[in-house]
Amino acid sequence: MAVRVQTQDFDIAAEIAALTSDRTDIGAVVTFTGLVRGQASGHDLVSMTLEHYPGMTEAELEAVEAEAHARWPLQASLIVHRVGELQPGANIVLVITASPHRQAAFQAAEFLMDYLKTRAPFWKKETFAGGQSAWVDAREADATAVERWTRSPS
Amino acid sequence: MTATTEITLRYFAWIREKTGLAQERLTLPPTVETVADLLAWQATRGPEFADAFAKPGIIRAAIDQRHVKPATTLVGAREIAFFPPVTGG
Repeated sequence: MAVRVQTQDFDIAAEIAALTSDRTDIGAVVTFTGLVRGQASGHDLVSMTLEHYPGMTEAELEAVEAEAHARWPLQASLIVHRVGELQPGANIVLVITASPHRQAAFQAAEFLMDYLKTRAPFWKKETFAGGQSAWVDAREADATAVERWTRSPS
Repeated sequence: MTATTEITLRYFAWIREKTGLAQERLTLPPTVETVADLLAWQATRGPEFADAFAKPGIIRAAIDQRHVKPATTLVGAREIAFFPPVTGG
């Protein structure tokens, strides 16, 4: 289990290798990567700036990761989230889950992303061609997505 | 309770921009007992704060870096943060 908040980019292959090297018990690795889209609401995006609440962000990510490990038989996991100014096409977030079988790894990765998007204190500000900028509004769909996990799994 | 104790208030995203502050230290009036009380009091602190806290229903709060509800008491709080609904991921 690990979480990292950082300005620098991440290398997906290197992160997978770090999780799986020197072990033969892992049967499934799932990764999710979120990227900056070049368009928002029909406008060309110049950059996206991510602000966070240092300390609370890491605590929330660790809590959701621990919850995923309590719900599914995970053998390893990683959450990396970037902050600062990012250009279209850049990586924003990486989630990796590893388990003996694929179902737990798939479900846990989705769970981690759904909870991260509704609980971890990050805020996106978009800057558009022409210079205007705006904070991104929270999406109702993200709140709905997290509700499907509220049932007790065990 | 917190009435005579200095606490840290922190602001993020557009609340930080509207108040012009990332954080401050102050002593809350004794009438401010809950998160909802503090949201209402913030809106009385001048035009920047009135603007930032005009819609308390959409503002989220954390006490000592944990999410809290409007009815949560401020007793024992050392750091209270206000921010918009989160948009990471």
